[in-house]
This record gives sequence, C-alpha cells and structure tokens, in this order.
Amino acid sequence: MALISSSDQERLRESFAGMTRPVNLRFFTQTLDCETCLQTKQILDELPPLSDRITIDEVNLILEGDTAKAYGIDRAPAIAITYEENGVAVDTRIRFLGAPAGYEFISLIQAVLLAGGRPPQLSAESLARLAAVDKPVTMQVFTTPT
Amino acid sequence: MAFVSPHITAFAVEATEFPDLARRYRVNGVPKTVVDEEIEILGALPESAFVEQALAKFSNDGP
Repeated sequence: MALISSSDQERLRESFAGMTRPVNLRFFTQTLDCETCLQTKQILDELPPLSDRITIDEVNLILEGDTAKAYGIDRAPAIAITYEENGVAVDTRIRFLGAPAGYEFISLIQAVLLAGGRPPQLSAESLARLAAVDKPVTMQVFTTPT
Repeated sequence: MAFVSPHITAFAVEATEFPDLARRYRVNGVPKTVVDEEIEILGALPESAFVEQALAKFSNDGP
C-alpha cells in the first residue's frame, strides 16, 4: 500500500514538474539495528515514480563507510540531497537524520524542490548575512514526528 | 541556508530516533537548533531573527 495518498501524489507530481535539475537522494542505510530504515526506504521509493528527475541511491553505512564519512554521516537512516548541474554532482549539504515522516516529509520535499532549481525563499537581508559566512558551520535542527 | 552558503551543512534530526543526540544537546522541546555545538535556538523564530542568531559570530553588528 502506498504511504503517499493518491491526492498527495498528484500534488507532488505537479510540484516536481517544475524541477529544472536532476536530484539525487543518497540514502544511508544499514541492515541491522535500524528500526526506521525500512520505513525510510518505503517513503523514498515512492518519489522517483512521481518525477523522472528524482533518483535514489542506497549507500550502506557499514560497507560504504568512506562515502558516509565524506557526507559527514555516521548513523542511519540518513539522507543527503544532491543535484546535478552541467553533468557535475553538487552536494546541497542538506541532511536528514531519521525517517522523514510527518512534518519532516514536507521539509524533505521542500529540500528536493530547492535542489531541483526552485529559487531560495530567503530575504535579501538573510542572503547578505549568509554571504558573510566564511568558515564551516554545522547546524542541527531537532524535530519530532508530528 | 546550507543551500545558499557553501560553508554551511544542515542536519534535520529526528530527536526520538536518536535519543543519544537529543540527550547530548539537551533537547527538551522542539524545534531546537544547535549551531556548531554552541549556539542554541529554541522554538521556531521568524526568519530574520533565526538567521541573525544562528550566524551571530559572522556579523559585524554583534549578537
């Protein structure tokens, strides 16, 4: 049974239709000791049928530890969002840790649309502050599934 | 913010799935944002206030 309702599927299909770049979701998973990896896989697997610009690549956290490390990911399930521009893969540096269920699913879709070419919706003031950032910054936003 | 700045990496963390992280960063309510393990932002702020607090150390007008 589909996790995304058919009316939501239709809405997503319309939103994704505006994407101008291919988006690749790197899904970090592990076989053992991961309660929500299967649920995350089920959610993610429902996205590519809604847009030919969305692909999912599964990365085994243990077997492909170097890839996980390159993305700064040390637990599963996790998702790193990348897109392709002029044939080159670009990392958005947007990550999701844990199953993207509930409100997090909406955040995930927003991130996919951003990666897919939708202009950022930040104010000019925020963009100016961001332009002043010249050292690595790591932000963690904690949420709960509601 | 991560999308716009090449220096920023952003993690959305599902707190109940990773209780060790929630404990380490003393997450008692959500949303809670932790920037470079030092700045803590509680709740959902308007964009301008959020960006200002999160990036206070890069600002000339101070936090």
